[in-house]
Amino acid sequence: MDPELIKDCVHCGFCLPTCPTYVLWGEEMDSPRGRIHLMQQHVEGTPITPEMAGHFDACLGCMACVTACPSGVQYDRLIEQTRAEVEREHVRTPHDRAIRGIVFALFPYPRRLRLLKLPMRLAGKLRPFLARVNPSLGAMAELAPPPARRIRLPRRVPARGPYRATVGLLTGCVQGEFFPGVNAATARVLAMEGCDVIIPPGQGCCGALSLHSGYDARKFAKRTIATFERAGVDTIVVNAAGCGSTMKDYAEILADEPEWAARAAALKVRDLAEYLVELGPAAKRHPLNVTVAYHDACHLAHAQGIRAQPRELLNGIPGLTVREVAESSICCGSAGTYNLFQPEAARDLGDRKAERVRATGAELLVSANPGCTMQITAAMRRGGEQPIPVAHTAQVLDASLRGTAVRG
Amino acid sequence: MTDLLAGRLREVLPDEAVITDPVRLRTYECDGLTYHRATPGVVVLPETAEQIAAVVRLCQEFRVPFVARGSGTGLSGGALPRSDGVLIVTSRMRRVLSIDLANRRAVVEPGVTNLAITEAVREAGYYYAPDPSSQQICSIGGNVAENSGGAHCLKYGFTVNHVLGLELVTPDGDIVELSEMDAGYDLLGAFIGSEGTLGIATKITVRLSRAPAAVTTMLAAFTTIEGGGRAVSAIIGAGIVPAAIEMMDALAIEAAEAAVRCEYPAGAGAVLVVELDGPEAEVDLQFAEVDRICREAGAFEIRVAASAEERAAIWKGRKSAFAAVGRISPAYIVQDGVVPRTALPEVLAGIDRLQEEFGIRVANVFHAGDGNLHPLVLFDDAVAGEGERAELVSGRILDLCIEYGGSITGEHGVGVDKSRYMPRMFTDEDLDTMQLVRCAFDVGNLSNPGKVFPTPRLCGEIPRVRKEPHPYEAELF
Repeated sequence: MDPELIKDCVHCGFCLPTCPTYVLWGEEMDSPRGRIHLMQQHVEGTPITPEMAGHFDACLGCMACVTACPSGVQYDRLIEQTRAEVEREHVRTPHDRAIRGIVFALFPYPRRLRLLKLPMRLAGKLRPFLARVNPSLGAMAELAPPPARRIRLPRRVPARGPYRATVGLLTGCVQGEFFPGVNAATARVLAMEGCDVIIPPGQGCCGALSLHSGYDARKFAKRTIATFERAGVDTIVVNAAGCGSTMKDYAEILADEPEWAARAAALKVRDLAEYLVELGPAAKRHPLNVTVAYHDACHLAHAQGIRAQPRELLNGIPGLTVREVAESSICCGSAGTYNLFQPEAARDLGDRKAERVRATGAELLVSANPGCTMQITAAMRRGGEQPIPVAHTAQVLDASLRGTAVRG
Repeated sequence: MTDLLAGRLREVLPDEAVITDPVRLRTYECDGLTYHRATPGVVVLPETAEQIAAVVRLCQEFRVPFVARGSGTGLSGGALPRSDGVLIVTSRMRRVLSIDLANRRAVVEPGVTNLAITEAVREAGYYYAPDPSSQQICSIGGNVAENSGGAHCLKYGFTVNHVLGLELVTPDGDIVELSEMDAGYDLLGAFIGSEGTLGIATKITVRLSRAPAAVTTMLAAFTTIEGGGRAVSAIIGAGIVPAAIEMMDALAIEAAEAAVRCEYPAGAGAVLVVELDGPEAEVDLQFAEVDRICREAGAFEIRVAASAEERAAIWKGRKSAFAAVGRISPAYIVQDGVVPRTALPEVLAGIDRLQEEFGIRVANVFHAGDGNLHPLVLFDDAVAGEGERAELVSGRILDLCIEYGGSITGEHGVGVDKSRYMPRMFTDEDLDTMQLVRCAFDVGNLSNPGKVFPTPRLCGEIPRVRKEPHPYEAELF
């Protein structure tokens, strides 16, 4: 933990109301300001106690505090450094270690995830039992979306209409396996807007899951960089918020290896909405008579500062009305692997979000991150009512460009 | 003793609401003023007035001091904990209990943030008027304790003008209610601004104000701070009471620019933010007048917010200025003093001289309309002696305020930070009289002791070594 970064905090407290765990529990040590204070204590020589580790683990890494901070504290870097330190110093309980082992052995690997789909469908029925064995396993079973048919994407989707650009598409791990329709829609939208879309086969995890949990993400970063270099693209379009924010940080993650850092810096990483707004609309939008609520994914709104672009794209569709969700800057509780490791807090935040989404009266929720989609759907289902359908921005645009109905 | 007390506290509070783990306790060691630190003996997180009353009664039983804390954003160390005492944190008491638009009032718990009150009634066209810069996080309980102000208090008054009633736990552990409608002494007025020394507010009835029909926010840039000062005097002199007149000097502008990219006009030695509100015709008329006055006083650029977003952008620079100073200096002291508006130029010149004399930079942000200065004294705590010099400059600025007929605090409170300056402003007789008021509420001196007054005293013992009786006592007996 870099003492210089800690010093930037002036203890003003402006981060408190933006912090999901402070909103839930109202405790100083579960706020960004309090966690920075704990980091300071550790830097001054206090060993990482189980209590201290618990407060760091409880941080969702949503980065809302980074947006709110007037002093420019780089909490994102601080918490990443801290998580790595916790993994090095703190001995977790065997139970905790086992769950972490399972998650990190499965999620970053699309092939293993694919094998997991059948058992997870069964797990849905076993959920009450699993929840008794371990709340994390229960959460995993509850979150799993209904199985989707696998869609094989071609290696190249040529531009429709006048050619405007060539881009690479990251297919991701969770997005690709659980929401294949989103990748297909993303490729179609880009092609209809005049892009040659290159989809390199054999892509793996971008490293986001590891990075956000204090594990080494460099192996994943290098492989992703090499994959897109081989494919010959310099612009990569990403449709998952968490992946996009991690890939934008590749040069920093690989800072110790200058050659790799330079290769990382040569790649332009863009979120889908960000890229489409930069490119400007060319294809004809067909009307969609639907009222949608737009959900700000933390890794889009806070980590990448992308709030206006998705709204601009949605508002550009004739007939479509966008409603704002109250407390839009507060995390839904998904936060990468958070809902697996901290199921109780995640559940409370999910319920809070579901309630506010429902209050908008929208017919469809638009969410640009697979984790949020699973989390909010699970929370709405828990609420007893029929969950409103959730679609990615790409799917809404796809429907408008093709003149069809939105399929979540 | 602490273990025994903690055990008893756990009988009246849920287990997880009593914090005794040393690592956790330390996160409560200071509020928004980090210069003073003390690790509390125990922290409690009550959720009801009855729980607070039970905690206070236990403190009385054990004869240990207690300190109330809201969001921990105070700037005078008013919520500085006692290492031998209990810190009562109201951050879990954040329900808006009732909203009565017909009577324009709302009842809220003390941990509700200032801004949350406005958010709860905004759609109906109402708002809660006092607006400290930390309004998104500071708690209404803390506002009551410190009688907090804000940019818009020039026209609408301070917390004391917007609180209609209180439920509070007295230092004896009784739950009592005070109301503006009470006959007799204005105890509500005595409690507001008492900085936790007379008890802990547990329910607050606040006044809701109707949102103005029209609001115009303008930003006027001047090459010098004197130009801005002239404009302020002329605006007030013309009989106009704007909703707010705020001034920032070049250093404060630089900080805000670094923090929030507020894009104030380049090359400005001072900017003035003037907000006018009220019926549309009145606002238009006043705007024309203010615009003329600013230009005559030497404004080289005037911007008017055309939308709510532009208004927010103008205010963002001002409201984030304190914390933004963290971008241009490793450490700083936020000072809070008041001077008569007409003395502003002399006092600012005096601050300039202090900067030169001590080699310490001072950024100036202030509520110019009511002469409430917020000099930000910058220093590097890694440089030996600089903190002490900054402290000295900070104190000298208050001397200047007193010299020109002002006060050592406008809205941040006395707390622990300024108690030592109280004797510069008040005579011993004045302080003793205040002490008598305090003793009427808190006989055992357990409610936030060590704050406001320079030296701790016990009630019953004669304040100060003195030969003659206190003048007020003399009259009585």
